[in-house]
Parts: sequence; structure tokens; C-alpha cells
Amino acid sequence: MRTEISISGFGGQGVILAGLLLGKAAINDDKYAVQTQSYGPESRGGAARSEVVISDQKIDYPKVIEADIVVALSQPAFDKYCRDVKENSTIIIDSDLVKALENKVYSVPFTKIADTLGKKVVANSVMLGYLQASTEVVTVESMETTIRENVPEHTIELNLEAFYQGIEFWKKGKKNGTG
Amino acid sequence: MFNKADRIKENLRSEMYPSIFCLGCGIGNVLNYTLRAIDECHLDFDKLVFLSGIGCSSRLPGYINADGLHTTHGRALTFATGVKLAKPELSVIIFTGDGDCAGIGGNHFIHAARRNVDMTVIEINNFNYGMTGGQTSPTTPIGGLTTTSPYGSLEQPFDLAELAKGAGASFVARWIPSYAYETIACIKKAILKKGFAFVEILVPCPTSYGKKNKIDDGKEGWDWLKEITILKSTFNKLSDKEKEQNKKMIIGELQNIERKEFSQSIGNI
Amino acid sequence: MEQGEYNRIVKAIGKKQLFAQGDEAYAYGALLAGCRFFAGYPITPATETAELMSKLLPLIGGTFIQMEDEIASMGAIIGASVTGVKSMTVTSGPGFSLMQEHIGYACMTETPCVVVDVQRSGPSTGQPTEPSQGDIMQARWGSHGDYEIIALAPNSVQESLELTIECFNLSEKYRNPVLLMTDGEVGHMREGITIPDFAGYNIFDREKPQKDLKDYTPFLPEQGKVPQIADFGCGYHTYITGLTHKPDGLPATDDAEIHTQLVTRICQKITDDADKIIKVEELFLEDAETVVISYGITSRAAINAVKILREQGEKIGHLRLITIWPFPEKIVCKIGESAKKILVPEMNLGQIYHSVKEAVGYNAEVIKFPKIGGTLHTPQDIIEVLKEKIFNV
Repeated sequence: MRTEISISGFGGQGVILAGLLLGKAAINDDKYAVQTQSYGPESRGGAARSEVVISDQKIDYPKVIEADIVVALSQPAFDKYCRDVKENSTIIIDSDLVKALENKVYSVPFTKIADTLGKKVVANSVMLGYLQASTEVVTVESMETTIRENVPEHTIELNLEAFYQGIEFWKKGKKNGTG
Repeated sequence: MFNKADRIKENLRSEMYPSIFCLGCGIGNVLNYTLRAIDECHLDFDKLVFLSGIGCSSRLPGYINADGLHTTHGRALTFATGVKLAKPELSVIIFTGDGDCAGIGGNHFIHAARRNVDMTVIEINNFNYGMTGGQTSPTTPIGGLTTTSPYGSLEQPFDLAELAKGAGASFVARWIPSYAYETIACIKKAILKKGFAFVEILVPCPTSYGKKNKIDDGKEGWDWLKEITILKSTFNKLSDKEKEQNKKMIIGELQNIERKEFSQSIGNI
Repeated sequence: MEQGEYNRIVKAIGKKQLFAQGDEAYAYGALLAGCRFFAGYPITPATETAELMSKLLPLIGGTFIQMEDEIASMGAIIGASVTGVKSMTVTSGPGFSLMQEHIGYACMTETPCVVVDVQRSGPSTGQPTEPSQGDIMQARWGSHGDYEIIALAPNSVQESLELTIECFNLSEKYRNPVLLMTDGEVGHMREGITIPDFAGYNIFDREKPQKDLKDYTPFLPEQGKVPQIADFGCGYHTYITGLTHKPDGLPATDDAEIHTQLVTRICQKITDDADKIIKVEELFLEDAETVVISYGITSRAAINAVKILREQGEKIGHLRLITIWPFPEKIVCKIGESAKKILVPEMNLGQIYHSVKEAVGYNAEVIKFPKIGGTLHTPQDIIEVLKEKIFNV
């Protein structure tokens, strides 16, 4: 099993951190994982992308060839990275920041949800919750532990709350059939 | 004095003699004074490291029976930083020249002074790049004739003592070899000083700079040094106007301040 | 190394199972190998290693210093090394160019030290955040004069850690600078790594002189071609110079025979042991008619491509160079004798390609596959080129 994940957005949205956390969680699940990233020179704005490959066997080629899961948190990222995808790739976008005409797109208000928790910046944790629940590419336990161990101590509770909200959103959507 | 000379000779590598230095050059004197100063400090030659760059002055470590590192042009202070920080119990003395220290080595010089790593830099200034035939160096006086300034040097030279002070050196001094005892005492003080100690010693270069600028070898070279310098004590007695108009290089102890030595700071982490 | 010291290193690192970048692995490997002095200058994409060393070294009693430039960094690590302390620096292309004079100095003075070059796209300032393999020839020929260099290339983060340890061991054994030629991709990618157990790896320390002080000739090996030079501060009063020197260390620049003996020895101490030093990884070579030869990050794609093509029935194999210099001439020559075509993909316009061609001679056709600009070769790229230039021709 080899799963290729691409997470992209603006610099400052925590796209690279999200990829890093995903990779760490996969290692916790005793899988093989490789995480790479690219970004422009700007600290904020610009484009940022994190690629994660998760496999139960040793990974040869470490980059995404055709992503199984694509997350786009900005319009330019969507336009750039959501074209080269497989037929049945899972595409997840931030509903307020990205307009997508494709049908099979999971559109979620990550930033809005984060805002209701008090900090827009944890949108990426909401996204990770949704990602975990919708794809199960890593286990909940691993993701929880990874978040706990890798965010600033005073933000652990907030990030975990955001993570659970993301999971909740998926569960609600499944129940409603809007998925 | 006789016993002392014998004792000091033991610290020389006899197989390296006769030396490469020209007759009338002051570099041999600097070696003599340095070894006498070390003798007065009672330093253990097993814990002494000499470093140098490239040039006539930089040949000095080769004559001393101690651990010696003859490095690349201008970079001796970088190696010295490595030696001292890796083994702080070693005493580090660097011989360098005006070109080696202030030309290609300028950047490393100001950073070593800024950091205040405990080392003693003895910079022997003969006002040109002597070994390669006498080209202009950053200390060549305006109007000085060299092989690359046949019409007289146009550039303002460095006052390396001022540069060292400005960069933060704990101890700065300048002497000429005719003041033998003062120079020996000064080098001793520099060695014992905890921090970056800089001693500039002006010397004649009879073969290159001296010849080109009609400064004869032998006594004339030493007289010339006396002409272009003024003792600090004498300078201090001048009127403000005379001080302003002074064009002579000031010799004596020019700075001696207390600053935290770098490896002490590292040790505190 | 004592168990206590090892424990302190593991404590400083934090965990034994990590999801870490190559840049981190170079630091972990260095500490485990006994490196206790680091001097460096910030440069993308190598800065992370310097930052990590600045954090970890003081915790285990080592010294970190940021120098004013790369020339100074090399000077400082050589200075530290002559006192007996294992030392390292890390840089990328532009800094690597600046370091060449001192790399030559370390070769001439037989001073152990490790230089990590996290290669980025050049020439000149180039693409600072993009990886490349553009310094491979510079690693071999960058300094002036005749000398030998040892250079290793990892292709994973775990291997980065292990090869860094190997670099230190080789450097101590042969008293020569050793280069870790890695790249911005391996440097910045994260993979799961395991810190080896105390008994799980070897450390080699430079040999001390056995002879009495009065018989001490620093540059005359007691046996073999590697001399036993005393560390500074131990009472041996060693003179070390970059000038041509006699076995006693003192300059002798006007003697052709002395120069020839010296330079020949410092080269042969490495070339004589090439077979022991060289490491490669072979895949499907037994019956291969086509062989892909690659190293570093490119090998990840090449190996994937070769595995796919084997499944499709192609008689194809792969040779991964783990040691770049000394170049595995004999191994590549042997491949040239059995294979008909050899493909050399590199993230440069063809560098190790030339060494492959030289070793193979007329025995097989050697085709280069350059890719520059910072994007990696994909397995598909390599498969397409093989089909176009080799299989379907």
C-alpha cells in the first residue's frame, strides 16, 4: 500500500507543519513515510506545498507522482496542484478560500471552524482531523499523540480541539450523506 | 643574560638555521624578544602553539621548537580560533605580517578581535608584501614606492592599532625593535592578558621597501623607524594643535581593557 | 566513546526513533561519531545542520562557533582537529567553492575533518532552495595541485546518519578530509530514522605515535602510508605546514624528490586502499544487459524505475554509488564488460558520467540523462528515456 498526499496553500497556513505531522503520525503507526516540501522566499503569502508518501514497505521514490489525496487551502494552490490527480483521488478544499467546479470535491470551511475556536491559524489542525476521518491514512491515536508532542505547549488543547472538530465535521457530513 | 640566551636557544630548531631573513630585517629580533618574553612568563612549551599565515613574518614558527601551524595566507586567526576553542588550556601565539593580517586577512582580524578569543597576535609590519618582492600592502605609507605603486602609493594606509581598538581588542600596543626591553615587556604583558592581544612591531625591509624608498639597510633602517614614530608618553605632552598635526605613528601600550574572554562565555552555556 | 557519553548524546537528541530531515541526521551522525567541534556559516539549504549543532554541542561539552565566512569555518575546523578534536563543517555550493583552498591544505597537512556539502542548484547563486548534484567534480578537483579526496553520497535520511559516522571514521583512518556529498532534497526531506544503539556502530580514532619522542618523525608512517601525527599540546612539538615538507615536517620546497615522495604518499594512502574504502549497492546486475548507474537522491527514482522494468521482463540492473570518490573504477569497468548500455541520470549536465565513460571505455555505450532546475528525475522520466534510447532503438 502506497498513499501519496499533497497539501498546499499559502505560506503561513501551516501547510508544511501539517505534512510533517502527518508523516510523524504515520511513523507512529509503524508505517514508512517520507515528507518533502517546497515554498517560495516569502514568509507569508506565496505558495507552499507539503508532500507525504506513506507506505507499508520501504519507499523508493520519495515524491508524489499522482496524488491519492490532495488538500488545497488556497485558490492558486488548487489551480496548480489539483490537476494531476488520479480518477478516484480525494480532493479536499477550504470552502471559503477555494472555488472548485469539480464534483468530487470535499469542500470544508476549515478556516471558519478555526475562527469559531478563536484562532484562524489552527485551520490546518481542523483539516488534519477531517483528513484522518475521511481517509484513515493514519490512526486517530497517532495523530493525537503527534499533535500533542509537536505544537507549542500552550496551544496543545486548542489544536486538539480543532482536530476533533475536523473529525466531527466529517462524521456529521457522512450521516447527512453530504460527505 | 648569558644563561638566558642559552636557555632560549634550546627553544629553537637548530636544523632550520641559517634563517631566511635578510640582513637588517627586524623579524629575527621579534623572534628573540618573543622567546625572551615567553621565558619570563614561564610558559610550558608543551602547551604552547604557534600559528602563522604566509609571508616573511609567518616563517617564524618554523624556527621554534614547539607545536606550530603554518597555515594559509591571511587565515591564521581562523585556525587559531579553532585551536583555542577546542583546547582552551593551550596558549596560542600568532605571527603575522601587515599584508597577511590586514590585507587578505582583514576580515578574520576584525572578527577575532571582536570575539576576544584569548590569543596573542604579533603583527610584524614592514610596510609591504616583502616575500613576493615588495608590493603595496594596506600599511604602505602614502607616497611609498613599491613594485605596484611605482609613482608612489595613493591609498590611505591602515593604522592597525586603531583598527584593532575599533574591533574590540583587549590589549593593543606598538613598538619598534630598537626599544628592546620595552618590546619584550610588552609581549609578556600581551601573552599574559586574557583576551585578544595585538602587538604591532614595525620593522625595516632593507631588500624591498627599504631599497625602493632609499632607506639604507643597517642602522639607517632603524633610524628611519625612529623618525616615523613618536612615543606615547611624548605624544601625550604635545599641545592639542601639535597632536592634531602629528603624522608619526604612536608607539607604546595603546589599549588595555577588561573584556569577557570568549571561551569563558562558551564555557558558561 | 564511553557509554556515559553516548547516553548524554541520546538524551540531548531526545528520542531514538525520529521523523527527521537529512540536515538533522548529519548532526546526529557527527555527534555519535565523536565530533565535538563545529564551525560553520549559514547557507541555504544547510543552515539547519549548523543550528542543530549550536543547540546540541554545548549539551555534550562540545564547541560550536559561527565564523565570519566559509574560509574561516574550514580554518577553524582544521585548527580544532590538530589539537585532536574531531571537527566538521556544513555548507552548500557557493561556500564549498570558498572552502577549496583549505580542503587542499587539510590534504597536504593530513588533517582529519569532515565537510558536508548539501548541494544546491548552481552555478553561482543559482537556485538557493533547489537541490542538485552539481558539485560532484568540484569535490574531486576543486583545490589546486594533486591530492585525493574521499566523498560519500547518501540517498536517505537514515543513510545520511550512518554515512556521516563513516565519514568521520574514514577521515581519522586516512588523515584526510572526507566529504559528504548530499543534496538539498535529502537534506530537507523527512523520513523515519533510528539512532543506533551504543554497540550498534563503530568509531575509529586516529592513531597516536608509538615511537619515543626522540624518534618521532611526524610525517613518516610507522607502517603503511598513513602517518601517526601527535595532537598539539602533547609535548611532541610538531610543525605542520602547507609547504612541501620533509618527513620531519620542516619545509623543503626546492627538492623535487621530497615533493614527489610526499605528494605520492598522500595520494597513495587513499588509492592503495580504494577497494576497502569503496561502497556500492548492486541490484539485478547478474544478467543485466542495461545498467543504470546513479547516486544520491536520483537513485531513489532510478531504483524504482529498474524494479518496474524488471517486472516487465527487461534485463536491467542498477548500480548505486555510495562512494563517489575514489571512483569505483574496477566495478564500473566490469559492468561495462557485461552490459551493452549504461544510463547515467544526474541532477547536473553530466559529471560522474565522465568517470563512468572513462572506466567503461569502448566496451559499452554510456548515455547521460541530465536534469537541472531543481526538479528530481521521476521513475517515469527514467523509464521513458530507457525505452526511447535503449530498448526501442
